[in-house]
Amino acid sequence: MDRDWAEPLDLDAVAAHAGYSRYHFIRAFKGAYGSTPGQYLTRRRIERAEELLRSANLSVTEICSLVGFSSLGTFSTSFKRQTGLTPSGYRDLYVGRAAAVIPGCYAMLWYGGRDARAPGPDARAPGSDACAPGSRTPGSDARAPGSEDRNSQEAE
Amino acid sequence: MIKGMSIVTVWVLDQDRAKEFYTEKLGFEVRTDMSIGEGGGGMRWLTVGAKDQPDVQLTLMVPSSPGLDPESAEALRTLVAKGVLGAGVFTTDDIHGDYEALKARGVEFVQEPQERPYGTEALFRDDSGNWFSFTQPRAEMDFSKPWDGCTSS
Repeated sequence: MDRDWAEPLDLDAVAAHAGYSRYHFIRAFKGAYGSTPGQYLTRRRIERAEELLRSANLSVTEICSLVGFSSLGTFSTSFKRQTGLTPSGYRDLYVGRAAAVIPGCYAMLWYGGRDARAPGPDARAPGSDACAPGSRTPGSDARAPGSEDRNSQEAE
Repeated sequence: MIKGMSIVTVWVLDQDRAKEFYTEKLGFEVRTDMSIGEGGGGMRWLTVGAKDQPDVQLTLMVPSSPGLDPESAEALRTLVAKGVLGAGVFTTDDIHGDYEALKARGVEFVQEPQERPYGTEALFRDDSGNWFSFTQPRAEMDFSKPWDGCTSS
């Protein structure tokens, strides 16, 4: 959970991995950490969102998805509960007029990570880099098994 | 309208060492050095720039995951280590003086200052192996000078 905090995590799978039933896992987790796994994960994700809001020029929606929330509403509500501010209010407070220091494309590339899939033979389309050398290219997902087919080129 | 180039990526093999090289040997200033995220999953945003040119910075990036897939990261590291990546041209108004000064600080030159049609040019490598041209440009082209070391003396 500390490592894959940005990924969609399945509580049953995590519990099974630990060798516990779902409910026993939640109880044991809460006993050890003082919060449920869900609360813990949310806290970690909000911490990262704070960091990105301060340092990178990404939109709130982009940050929401980078840190692992699927709904902007849930993100904003959780963010406000933890920090007392909305994401954009937080950004205004900490960043003010000055520009964020890290261009969003770099933050997206490194922080969000590239899809951890084996690159196909046609992985990189030359010249399609959006921002920097090594930007993620949509074509790199084309042949990955189990990919969501976002940019499938139907190579066959 | 595009107003100019503001950030250029230089692939380096070790950010701590590169930071030291670019500041202590080349005399650049650190513009930003911050980390977001943690451990191997985070990124360190390290930029340096020439003191006289506040609007341009180099970002010293390590080819690594998660920004790059392992194969691409390895390929880039190999190219950097082989020394085939030329990362740009630095200009000066005192090529001979700066050449001596940089050399005294341990910068590895692969060509001493030579007269070229466009100016006087030396070449050096950074501590990762990237090569840079180091040039004092001429006001006007002087075609009596050779284009490279091979054409004439």
